[in-house]
Parts: sequence; structure tokens; C-alpha cells
Amino acid sequence: MTLDAGNADADADAAAAPAMRAARAAADAAWAAALFAIDPIGTGGIVVRSAAGPARDAWVEQLTVRLQRAGTCRGVRRVPCNIGDGRLLGGLDLAATLQAGRPVAESGVLAQSDGGVVLLAMAERLPAGTAARIAAVLDRGEVAVDRDGFSLRAPARFGVVALDEGIGDDERLPEALGDRLAFRVDLEPCGVDDVRDAFEQLDVEAAIDAPPQPAQVSAVELPEAFVEALSEAALALAIASLRAPLLALRVARASAAQAGRRRAETADAARAARLVLGPRARALPASPAEAGRDDDAPPPPPPEASPPQPAPPAQDSAPQEPPPSPPAQEPPPLLDVLLAAAAAVLPSHLLAALSRGATARARAAASGRTGVQQRSGARGRPIGSRHGEPRGQLRLAVVDTLRAAAPWQRLRQRARSDSRAPGHARRIEVRRGDFRVAVYKKRSQTTVIFVVDASGSSALHRLAEAKGAVELFLADCYVRRDQVALVAFRGSAAEILLAPTRSLARAKRCLAALPGGGGTPIAAGLLAAHGVAGAALRRGEIPLLVVLTDGKANVGLDGSPGRERAMADAQAVARQLRAASIRSLLIDSSPRAQPAARTLAEALGAEYVALPHADARVIAGSIGGKVGGRGGSEAGGHADGAGRG
Amino acid sequence: MAVPFPFSAIVGQDDMKLALLMASVDPSIGGVLVLGDRGTGKSTAVRALAALLPPMRAVVDCPYGCAVESPAGLCGTCRGRGVKKAPLKSHLVPVPVVDLPLGATEDRVAGALDLERALADGVKAFEPGLLARAHRGFLYIDEVNLLEDHLVDLLLDVAASGENVVEREGISVRHPARFVLVGSGNPEEGELRPQLLDRFGLAVEVRTPTDLPTRVEVVRRRDAFDRDPAAFLRAWHAEDEKLRRRIIAARRRLAATEVPDATLERAAALCMKLGTDGLRGELTLMRAARALASIDGDRVVGDRHLARVAPIALRHRLRRNPLDDTGSNVRIERALAEAFDGQAAAT
Repeated sequence: MTLDAGNADADADAAAAPAMRAARAAADAAWAAALFAIDPIGTGGIVVRSAAGPARDAWVEQLTVRLQRAGTCRGVRRVPCNIGDGRLLGGLDLAATLQAGRPVAESGVLAQSDGGVVLLAMAERLPAGTAARIAAVLDRGEVAVDRDGFSLRAPARFGVVALDEGIGDDERLPEALGDRLAFRVDLEPCGVDDVRDAFEQLDVEAAIDAPPQPAQVSAVELPEAFVEALSEAALALAIASLRAPLLALRVARASAAQAGRRRAETADAARAARLVLGPRARALPASPAEAGRDDDAPPPPPPEASPPQPAPPAQDSAPQEPPPSPPAQEPPPLLDVLLAAAAAVLPSHLLAALSRGATARARAAASGRTGVQQRSGARGRPIGSRHGEPRGQLRLAVVDTLRAAAPWQRLRQRARSDSRAPGHARRIEVRRGDFRVAVYKKRSQTTVIFVVDASGSSALHRLAEAKGAVELFLADCYVRRDQVALVAFRGSAAEILLAPTRSLARAKRCLAALPGGGGTPIAAGLLAAHGVAGAALRRGEIPLLVVLTDGKANVGLDGSPGRERAMADAQAVARQLRAASIRSLLIDSSPRAQPAARTLAEALGAEYVALPHADARVIAGSIGGKVGGRGGSEAGGHADGAGRG
Repeated sequence: MAVPFPFSAIVGQDDMKLALLMASVDPSIGGVLVLGDRGTGKSTAVRALAALLPPMRAVVDCPYGCAVESPAGLCGTCRGRGVKKAPLKSHLVPVPVVDLPLGATEDRVAGALDLERALADGVKAFEPGLLARAHRGFLYIDEVNLLEDHLVDLLLDVAASGENVVEREGISVRHPARFVLVGSGNPEEGELRPQLLDRFGLAVEVRTPTDLPTRVEVVRRRDAFDRDPAAFLRAWHAEDEKLRRRIIAARRRLAATEVPDATLERAAALCMKLGTDGLRGELTLMRAARALASIDGDRVVGDRHLARVAPIALRHRLRRNPLDDTGSNVRIERALAEAFDGQAAAT
């Protein structure tokens, strides 16, 4: 029995970490909901990172209840991420216009949400443009509409709840909007019971008889030291944006008001640091705020263990959990309290990553996720109009519609007076068949994916030359505003060195740092390139592969050596690429032109360029010609496709 | 709309503030581009400028706010009215600072057929757009890199020609539209086309301050403003007023501010050294230096003024080598040091 007990203890310990983490995450989420409900407009909003599921539903439900109880919210309005400008901001109300015979404006969702809360579903898919529009409205407290012949201003002050279902670092709410929302909660580790318990616990801890009004929140006194300490804490956590400390002040006030205090206390500031600053942290505080964690910092960097989160920090930070009340002795400086509070929220793996100085987030931000949704058929230069009904992304070409209706007016009016139907004689009668929608032409972006063979066989001869060629071509890409991506393969695997980006300086750096040597896993290289190309296609870009290799594969897809198997694998992947009709160009980097590369080029359906005694400029010239032929690649807008979508 | 944050209460960001002030002293400098980090007060500064600018005199009932004192720049209507000998009536109006909201459609930007009247009365009338409203003032585009291409082209064209020509939907209208284009954006959201960059007279980079006292001051002021805007405005009223008087005085002095040949040569040498394309760079450099001198109350433009404005006026015009990631500021500083040191040694 004793033996068992010991084991059970160990098990419980191991199991406690995730359970504890879930409970803490849920508690934070509950607090965020409670404080947001007190002051939705002042705090801006909440980003909820979690997959759709019962836990999130429970949280949203609780939030709604609290919003109602607080009386700060006139209603929660759900907004889909693909909402068009007409609905978001407002514009012409077509039906009413036709009925009234004069332009009738329709207010958008944001104006209708004045005094309420906007719930953004699937916020990770929110286009940067839409995010920027919402952010502008948040800043100004009003919607400015200059569309469809209307110029309107309508008050719009609301809080935002963004439900972010993204996975991984490159799928998240656009920072332009996220920066303006005070809270970030992560419900990923929580179950539905965790959430319910957390809210119950919250009600016990902080029973509210009469929720404070936003005016009371503003009136809360905040000691000068708190302003300084929160600013300093933000700086220590490497949070660049100045909105973070400002929002933290607001949250500290809300926290005090919630407890019925008229003056904020250290606990309020600590809560603000925990809820606002902690999730935004991009670095560990440089000053050794707490000795306990300092001891932990060295262990994480064992190079092999990166994805699995090391357990020790998780357990270690858990006991430090109740940060607001530091354990006796002399009271520690305010800053340390705040930093400890913020650091306690950092998920343990993030802690490890941060202390290694990893920059995963910075990379995600810079990985060329440019703002405009390339695929939308409703953007670009208008090139006229066509028959059709305004629906989804299609915009009504009002004047063309009127023009279409105009010639029939006398006939229609006569018909109407014959039938003695009521109506004003001067109205213009527009019928369904008159509708015209605008057609747009948009520029398709080309993404050039370099697949560079850095294996021993290539490296010996030509790697330097190939690098030279790629560099020259990069300059070309710059002129055409193409995006570039870089995939290299050597040894037993391929690596995406650079996700599609327009930053050519980065591409150049990546390339320069590329080492050579090892086997030739062509299949793996092509497969990785296929992934990048597929993603580009989905974004509405045109991928172009530029493969630099000698074609002599000797490592198969599974990483095992063996020339025959490797060649067969390479051929198979090449044929997949061809079947997906991804255009490509193969540059043979072997010293003498040999059949291996040519065969691979055929399987790829690629143009084959031998590199006899290379002058890098010759290669660049041949690539340039290939892409230049398609030039600016102005493709007609897929109005039909958009109509279906 | 809520009251704007007072301009003089903006902490730091000296380049941005200076660029905006110079553009309001001499609009011919041609536009300001503000690129940089989030939450650095880009929009705040532009909107604050609107409240700061001294009012201007405009023709009563003119949709374009024509200036009485310059008959050449009048719109068609005002010119027609002027013929009848009766002097045009004018009144003081605030300088327009027009916000171009994202999602604006071309018909509202350039102006279009007045739908209401077309539908109701069958009359073909022109309804002026945002460009008309921005005449003689500022046109501000937040997140300029998210603006749709065809709108950007339209804006650049009008900003360059000073005239808006609308030829569509059966109407044919041209009206003056001279405005200072102010764009702001975050480079992370997508780069700007080089053509667009070149059209802005001045370009400033804004960075989040990284020293604690500055950051605390920013947070403190913004917090005070958010809690009680009226009191905050009162507290800063005197400062804003002082700045306003400086702008008025600088405008008055501008024409009399002298640019000696030596300074012009120095400016040309600097541009050559940096290899900026075209004369636009030199012209802007000279105008900006003159505006700075008149703001500072100096009668003669000297090296000090050139050196101060060179980064703002030239940064975005450097011929870019895509593979050279040396910061443009570094290049300009280097060129400045070389140009001026050589000169100093010679004299």
C-alpha cells in the first residue's frame, strides 16, 4: 500500500501539471471575462485562443451572462470573418432604394453594435483589411462611411471578442486589431468543467452585488507608482506597443472597481500584469526578478528537446501561482510583483523558447502574410460590369444598373399606368434583369520557390554558382514584386529555409548561410516545395518552382540511402507536381549535362536549362525570360468563382 | 468624433512632428509618409494636427473651399461668380484634414453623379467627393498599404496635378484639389510600391520608444487624456497655441527666407552622393530646409537645416539595392558626414 501510495503521488504529480495548467488558464479566462464585462469599451476586448468546443461555448455563455448582469452591453453581435464592407461599415440599401426610388443608406454591423459587443468568429481568418477597418472604428469611436455615394458618420463604440481558432504561430488574429484588445486568454488546455469551475470560483472570490459602471472605472485612483511599474514591466517583457501598458492601467482600474475599491491596489496591478502583459510577453525579464526561476533558466537549452515542453519549469512556476501576495519577509518591489504575475502566465514551453531567445512570433509576423486577400474577386481595378445579382462579394455597379434600366422607363411607366398600379410617375423602375455587378481585374502575385540542392555532389561543383544565380534572380524578383521562398535539401531531409516573403535581404542571408554536403534527397526537396506551392495556390498566388540540382538522387523519401529507390521517389513526386500543374524550371548543376537531371525535368514538365560553365548571369537571364513571358500576369478576376464561393 | 489629443502633448517622435509642421508651413513640400510600429501615435499626430492648424479664409458656399486671394486657383463656379464684379464673400473655416476611411469607394473619393438627384429628379449633378473636401488641406490615409491599388493611383495622380478630373457616368467635371497627402502604415502589412514612395515629399520612420522615462510619460499623458479629455486639453491649450503662432509666423517668413547658392550646391552634392533619382529629391530637400529655417526663425538656410531634414526628405528616395540591407538612415548619415566634413575642411 505504501509503495502504491508513493507511486500514486508521483503519478499525481505528473498529472497535476496539465490539470493545474487548465485550471489556471480557466481562472484567467474567467477573470478576463468578468473585467471585460465591467468595461467592454475601455478595455477594448478579448482574444480567445481555442478551438471551437464546449469549453469555449461555456465561456462565451458565461461572458454573455456577465455582460447582461453588468448592464454595460446592449447586445452581442456575431460577425463572420468574411464580411463585406457593405455590411461591416454600411452602404446602399438596394431593396429600400428601389422601393423608395431614391438612395437609402443601410447602416453596417459596426454602427449597429454601438454600445454592445462584437463577436468575431474564426478571427484567425480575418483579412488584414477588415481588421484594419475595425481597428480604425475602435480608435475613433465612430464609423466613417464613404461608399456608394454616401458619406455618413455614425457613433460606434463597442468591445470586441475575437474567437481565434488558429493553430500554430502564423494563424492568428491580425496584430493591428489584437494590439487594441486588452485581454488574451487561452482556453486550449481547458475542459468545459474547468471553465465552469473557474466561473463558480470567481463568483465566490469576488461576489458582486452591484456591478460598477464604466464611469466608476475611470474614476478609480491609480497611484503614480503603478503607471511607472506597469510601463517598466511591459518594457522588461519586451512588449513594444505602448497600448499594452495603457490597457493594463485600464484593467487595473476595472479590477479595483470590481472589488468596490476607489483606489487601485497592488493586487489590481498584478492582475492587470497577469492578464494583459503576460500573454504579450516576448522575452523573459532581463533582471533576475525571482531567484527561483533564475535557477530554471539554464536547463532548457538542451538542443535536442525543443517541442516537448520541459516539465520542471511548469511545476516550478505552479507553486509560485498566487503571485499577488508575496510570501512574507519584506514586501518585494512593485515591479517584481508585476513581473512575477506576468511571468506566471507564460506557458512553460514558451518560457523555454523565450529563454532560448527563439523568435517564433517575430518570424510569423514577417513571413510575408501581406494584407490584401489575393483571391477576392471583388478587389482591384474595375474593368466594367456584367449581368448578375449583387450577392456575397459581388458589388452592384449602381450606375450601370441604372443605365441598363433607363431606356425602358417610359415603357414601364406606361405599362404601370395602364394597369393602374400605384406609384410615383417620376420613379425609375429597375427590374431584376437590370442588375449589373462590377467586374474587377486583379494582379496575381507570383511566388518563386527556389529548391536548392545543397548535397555533397552538388556542393562540390556548383553550389557557389547556383547561389550566385539565385541572387541575381532575386534582384529580378524585386523588380517584379514577386515573393520568394527558399527550400534546400541535403543529407536526409529537406528544409524550408524561408517561407514566401518579399524580403529579399532575408532570402539572401538565408542563402549565404546555406551549408553544403551530404546525400541528395531530391524527393524530399520536391515534396517540401510542393507544400509551399500548394499554400501559395490557396492564397491565390501563382507558384513557380526553380529547381537547382544535378538530378542524382541517392536518398529516398523515407530518408534511407539507395540510388534506385531515391530516383524512383523523386520521379514520383515530380509527377505529382506536374499533375498539380505547378510550373517549374530545372537548372542542371552537374558539370556536364547528364540524363539524370533531364529525366527529372521531363517528369516535372519543367523547362530544362543546362548549366555548362556557368556564368550566373546566363542562368538569371533564362529564368528571367521564363517568368518575364508571363510578365505582370494580369489575370481576369474570377467573378464567377467568387459568385459561387 | 471624440476630441483629438493635443499635438504638443505628443511625447517624442520629433521627426514625425517636424515633418507635419513643415508640410503645414509649406504645402508644396508634397506629402508626408509615416511608417512604423504599432501604437506609436501615427494617427494621433495627424488628427491632432487638424486641431492645431490656424483657420483659413475660404469662399462662402464653395464646395471646394476656394481661396479668395488667388484668382488663378478658383474653381469653375467661383470664377463664374467673380465675373459679375461683386466681390466673393469669404469666411474663416478650419483647414480640412480629411480622413480617407478604409473601404471608401472611388465614387466617394473622386466625386460622382449625385445619385439622389439623379434618381429622384432625373438631374445630372456632380456630388463632390473627399478630394474636393481636402482641397487646401490634408488628406490622411491610415494603413496606406492596405488601400486598393486603383484608389492609390487616383490619389497620386490628383496629388501630382493638383486637379481632379471626373469623366464618367456622363458627367465631366474638373475642380482644383491641392492637398497634402499624409499616409501612415506599418511595413509589416505589406511593402509600398516604389512609385508611391517617391511621390511623398517626406518620409519618417517611427519607432516605439525604448527608454523607460519616455514610455512612462507617453502612458501617463494618454491615460490622463482618456480619463478626462477636457481637462487635458485645457492643460495643453497654451502649448498648442504657442505652436500655432509659430506656424503662422513661419508661413509669413517663408517667402523671405533666403537659400544661398552655397546651400543649394551643398544639397545637390548630397543628392549626387546618395544617387537619388531625379530632381524631386533636391527640390524637396531645399523646400524642407527652408521650411525648417522659417520655423526656427532663421533668415538664411544653412547646413544645420540641411542636415536636419536630409534623412526625412531623402530616406525613401535612395536607389534601393534589394540585396543591401544597410539601413537608409546609415547611408544618409554617412553621406552627410562626408559631404559636410569635406566642405568644412575646404573652407
